[in-house]
Amino acid sequence: MDHQNTVVRPNEERLSKFEEHVGEGKAVEPRDWMPEEYRSHLVRQMSQHAHSEVIGMQPEGNWITRAPSIRAKQILLAKIQDEGGHGLYLYSAAETLGISRVEMIEQLQTGKAKYSNIFNYPSLTWADIGAIGWLVDGAAIVNQVSLQRTSYGPYSRAMVRICKEESFHQRQGYEIMANMMNGTADQKEMAQDAMNRWWWPSLMMFGPHDGESPHSANAFKWKIKRHSNDELRQKFIDKTVQQAEVIGLTIPDPDLKWNEEKGHYDHGEIDWDEFYRVIRGNGPLNKQRIAHHVKAHEEGAWVREAAEAYKTKQAQKYN
Amino acid sequence: MTTDSQLDLWEVFIQSRNGSHHIHAGSVHASDRKMALQNARDIYTRRGEGTSIWVVPANAIAASNPDDADMFFDPADDKVYRHPTFYTMPEGAKQI
Repeated sequence: MDHQNTVVRPNEERLSKFEEHVGEGKAVEPRDWMPEEYRSHLVRQMSQHAHSEVIGMQPEGNWITRAPSIRAKQILLAKIQDEGGHGLYLYSAAETLGISRVEMIEQLQTGKAKYSNIFNYPSLTWADIGAIGWLVDGAAIVNQVSLQRTSYGPYSRAMVRICKEESFHQRQGYEIMANMMNGTADQKEMAQDAMNRWWWPSLMMFGPHDGESPHSANAFKWKIKRHSNDELRQKFIDKTVQQAEVIGLTIPDPDLKWNEEKGHYDHGEIDWDEFYRVIRGNGPLNKQRIAHHVKAHEEGAWVREAAEAYKTKQAQKYN
Repeated sequence: MTTDSQLDLWEVFIQSRNGSHHIHAGSVHASDRKMALQNARDIYTRRGEGTSIWVVPANAIAASNPDDADMFFDPADDKVYRHPTFYTMPEGAKQI
């Protein structure tokens, strides 16, 4: 009996110290004691976030060779390079929790770790590149701005860095949409079609309604999360509606209406069946996205092997 | 999956302009110092954030243990006379 107590007590003491610490709004650093659940929650969230950045390069990469001008191509390349960089900031931050890069990649490729559902949809036209930058990155920014104040130091610092870079992404997307809405009837139709296809998946990016969000309770208590899914989604809707109006795009939601009393837009119900269908691997492109990642990873293996061989050879030379 | 090396871990420190400190920015994977510097440049300074980069093998860094922080930093706790506000200055003395 006593034995059990002596094992448990120190951890309970540490837990209450930990909760007091985060409760005061103080950051947690890699070598600080933390509850195992805090660590595993962050590993899951941060690796998922990193994977999303990396998989998110694919729908945009699809358009590099078909960008309509050299300017558009340069911008798209820079944006995709940023996404790769963001993935690396986040992998680097997640590694401070004791998980290796190899493990994270394996979890992605075997489906154990998720990435944002949105990247399982295809980018069919150039207007989709506009919609991805404006809506998908726009939604990501709302989430990431909130995460700048997350309690885990390395995650928070990575978010600050990422937020600085993301606003270029959103503006380049909005510019594409605005240009198309100033163009021919076909171009306008193409922009509206992209809007129609990306609007709802963008709203789903914030995750299930607060009542059905599986990992929320401790995430709030430990200040990993600072705002709820629904709060962030509302924020995104409220700021995006006006931007759509300015360039003449219609939001594909007949129930969307300004609610004077609340000071927010009311919106129609999200199709959660679709959300869960895609999350479970049955979206348009789930298999293709992972297959492509595996292929790139395997085709790059010789580079890593060569680098290791070179390192060994250099070490022999100078020893 | 084969045992695939993801290369060594290096910590990255960036000086944003001459005259500033090098500040920790994150980490990169690389097999040698040249690759570590190039990767750090590509990952952490895509918008002119740096004039100088240091990369250090992560396993070469010694770090203090946060559990011992109270004890470790204790020697500085009772030496208030190291701060200028400790001293009583005569009334009327200026620029001191």
